[in-house]
Amino acid sequence: MFEDLRDLYQEVIFDHNRNPRNFRVMDNANRQVEGFNPLCGDRLTLFLKIDDHVISDASFQGSGCAISTASVSLMTEIVKGKTEAEADTLFKQFHEMTTGKTEDINLEAIGKLAVLAGVREYPARVKCATLAWHTLDAALKNEAQSISTE
Amino acid sequence: MSIFPVEQIRADFPILGETIRNKPLVYLDNAASCQKPQAVIDSIVHTYSHEYANIHRGVHTLSVRATDKFEGAREKVRAFINATNTKEIIFVRGATEAINLVAQSYGKSQLQAGDEIVISAMEHHANIVPWQMLCQQIGAVLRVAPMNQQGELLFGAFEQLLNDKTKLVAITQMSNALGTINPVEKIIAAAHAKGIPVLLDGAQAIPHMAVDVQALDCDFYVFSGHKLYGPSGTGVLYGKQALLEAMPPYQGGGDMIRQVTFAKTEYAGLPHKFEAGTPAIAEIIGLGAAIDYVTAIGMDNIAAYEAELLDYATQQAEQIKGLNIIGQAAHKGGILSFTLDRIHPHDIGTMLDSLGIAIRAGHHCAMPVMDFYGVPATARASFAMYNTRQEIDVLMQGIKSLIEVFG
Ligand SMILES: Cc1ncc(COP(=O)(O)O)c(C=O)c1O
Repeated sequence: MFEDLRDLYQEVIFDHNRNPRNFRVMDNANRQVEGFNPLCGDRLTLFLKIDDHVISDASFQGSGCAISTASVSLMTEIVKGKTEAEADTLFKQFHEMTTGKTEDINLEAIGKLAVLAGVREYPARVKCATLAWHTLDAALKNEAQSISTE
Repeated sequence: MSIFPVEQIRADFPILGETIRNKPLVYLDNAASCQKPQAVIDSIVHTYSHEYANIHRGVHTLSVRATDKFEGAREKVRAFINATNTKEIIFVRGATEAINLVAQSYGKSQLQAGDEIVISAMEHHANIVPWQMLCQQIGAVLRVAPMNQQGELLFGAFEQLLNDKTKLVAITQMSNALGTINPVEKIIAAAHAKGIPVLLDGAQAIPHMAVDVQALDCDFYVFSGHKLYGPSGTGVLYGKQALLEAMPPYQGGGDMIRQVTFAKTEYAGLPHKFEAGTPAIAEIIGLGAAIDYVTAIGMDNIAAYEAELLDYATQQAEQIKGLNIIGQAAHKGGILSFTLDRIHPHDIGTMLDSLGIAIRAGHHCAMPVMDFYGVPATARASFAMYNTRQEIDVLMQGIKSLIEVFG
């Protein structure tokens, strides 16, 4: 019935929405940022443990739509073990993929995250996918305690 | 009542023939804005084709024609809400501007530090923020009358808030987030018993029920044209003449003056005192056409038909496991706000959109209502006189299917 939506709601997204990975409070986090999307009221808290410029652990709490939950769940998986610089590069690639500024993004480099490329066709939903990454960006910069997409 | 001519009405709304993502449009976002009948579209085309010029400014024929039509729309609004005279009908951009006008003109001139304004827990941001701004400016205090889990005003608690310091009650006649219809007659009687004027936010009520401002005896009544099948950019502030007379202008400029020198300006009389600058001329004439259109159908007929639609939709929704209706007041207008277990309203909105169904997903400019129910957002289907039972069936089938897909 929802054929048109298959690019947006891929099975991976349903899976991460049903069983979000790294969904927990992290007691020994050394970065913690709250992300807020005032448009839909989605709120998440991102926890990072960064040792020697390497993200040794990432987790989150909060509630949101399937796209935003899957996006943050996938993100915490993929950034674990990456250096801050690598995570920053991923943020930029992800941003370009979802806002569709470049046609030939390297889907390979971005790996599993490519399942979120479908939001490009749904301008009203792009922020759902990018909220997690803007929150990560703020956590890496270590400047703000909370960010908002508006 | 004879059978409601819904198919005939649908045929009058060209946009209802649109297909969205290859499916027939099912438009259920009427609380946000209603679609326009051909009569309103034609009115705008006619004005710009034959009768357009600036108003109140020229001796030339076109200006006179446009002025007559514009003032004719004012008379239509007066008759529609049964105001005493057209001086009490102020044209503004919408309900939001009307409330801001009252807050800044009436509020600033009549209220003082320590005075209190009473609103309710179910207000739209448009009936919260202008009062907060006023409170900040003059040191007044905003009091909020609570509601119960069904989304009904707690009348006793409301009454207890009224005291010597209360200088205004501003309350919605019908909630956009919940559908609750408030007992405004009782509210007004209680406030007047203590000499407190009442502003009714009629933005949601006006397309769904007959409104008689004299029978209600409200002091101010505000609504937006775009929710009454009329053009956007149009709105109405009704105020009792004595109150409006005593209020200072809201904005300064052309059309609102009698005489200007650099030393002093003498303001125009009502209603022009509050209508600075060139208004939305063709749109307001179009609002008059919208009023003619709904009047011909009959507000009581519309109310009865929509009540049936809401009953049907509520019955159907109650059958769906995992669906929670938000707002279950005994007295409700055609709004079905709901959440689904484990499925976010935005996902509901996107999925239904792919089936051609337009609903609203979000906080509905009523964040305090969302906080009250402990949800970030709801999905909301809102009905108008052109909706049908078949459309509600399509909606319910869509909801069932998406619950299945989400698993
Ligand atoms: C109850 C209520 N009040 C006020 C408004 C504001 O109306 P507008 O945005 O047309 O000024 C709305 C619109 O959604 C509403 O539903």
